[in-house]
Amino acid sequence: MTRQQVLDLYFMDARSKLIDIAAFMDRLERSSGEEDFRMKAFREALSQLGPAGADNARQVLLKFSDPTLEPIAVAPGKGACGAWPG
Amino acid sequence: MRYIEPHAHMVSRVTDDYTRMRLAGCEAVCEPAFWAGFDRNSAEGFYDYFCQLTEHEPKRAAKFGLPHFSWLCINSKEAENTALAAEVVALLPRFIDKPNVLGIGEIGLNKNTRNELKVLEMQIDFAARHNQLILVHTPHLEDKLKGTRLILDALKQHPRIQPGHVIIDHVEEHTIRLVLDAGMWAGMTLYPESKCTPARAIDMVETCGVDRVWLNSACDWGVSDPLAVPKTALEMQRRTHSAEMIDRFIYQNPLKFLSQSPHFRLPGISKL
Repeated sequence: MTRQQVLDLYFMDARSKLIDIAAFMDRLERSSGEEDFRMKAFREALSQLGPAGADNARQVLLKFSDPTLEPIAVAPGKGACGAWPG
Repeated sequence: MRYIEPHAHMVSRVTDDYTRMRLAGCEAVCEPAFWAGFDRNSAEGFYDYFCQLTEHEPKRAAKFGLPHFSWLCINSKEAENTALAAEVVALLPRFIDKPNVLGIGEIGLNKNTRNELKVLEMQIDFAARHNQLILVHTPHLEDKLKGTRLILDALKQHPRIQPGHVIIDHVEEHTIRLVLDAGMWAGMTLYPESKCTPARAIDMVETCGVDRVWLNSACDWGVSDPLAVPKTALEMQRRTHSAEMIDRFIYQNPLKFLSQSPHFRLPGISKL
């Protein structure tokens, strides 16, 4: 597809999601208390976006991922929270 | 349009889903054993579940003209209790020769613990000794990268595992190349809130190629869509992919992988 075709198909959807992210960050800013490790990873991932050839989706996923290789002794629970606490 | 749904938890779905899948062009559905949303207390609970997957659900699907196949295992979310896991694995020989059983799955990891890894290795060994195909679940979100690496290491270390007999499911942009480079198949799972969207799945096909990849909904009791595969096919049409390319991705590829099991037979289709 040409870039024009990609823009025609996906621009409005991406625009909507970008505004959702902006509103989420505003909401967080208005709220009280401290952020945690999830927002640190989120901000780092955001900073990765943009440069040509940046492999954006993969880089964002890596920012949220556990980079270690050693199995853990005991699971803290069954679920995942979306970001590695470190 | 025709497609194969290679990963769907139909015991959690209503009969309307069978009707809608059939209307959308589904020609076969494959159901891996998974977590029920709660931990089972005994191996007997798994025995009943395996009966459901091999006897009862195929009959329910047949009422809608849909061939139903299954995969059997103890899933990673219930693998912390290694003694229970060993009891469940001991049940498998009683079921693997049932006519709709394709192999061992969905085994894998959840939180990447030592016990999960032990149970994974136990089931990899079982599959190798019984010449079974393997379907692997990779962990969620932040645990996926590490889990995928550990799973690939475990599979590579077993001397009798043939990479072409293994499908690693739920890949995303940061794990798909690890899987394909290991010579295994990669499954993309379409979930509304996690894993992968139709647009991203097509992105991965466009960047990594259509060899050794398939697409599934993994619909279950959670937020999921049993029509995610045909909806992605429509998205591919919007992106001007050819009918041949779409057919290869959603029908011929799963047919090719699954036909490695002698139990996978579709009406009117001879073995590949």
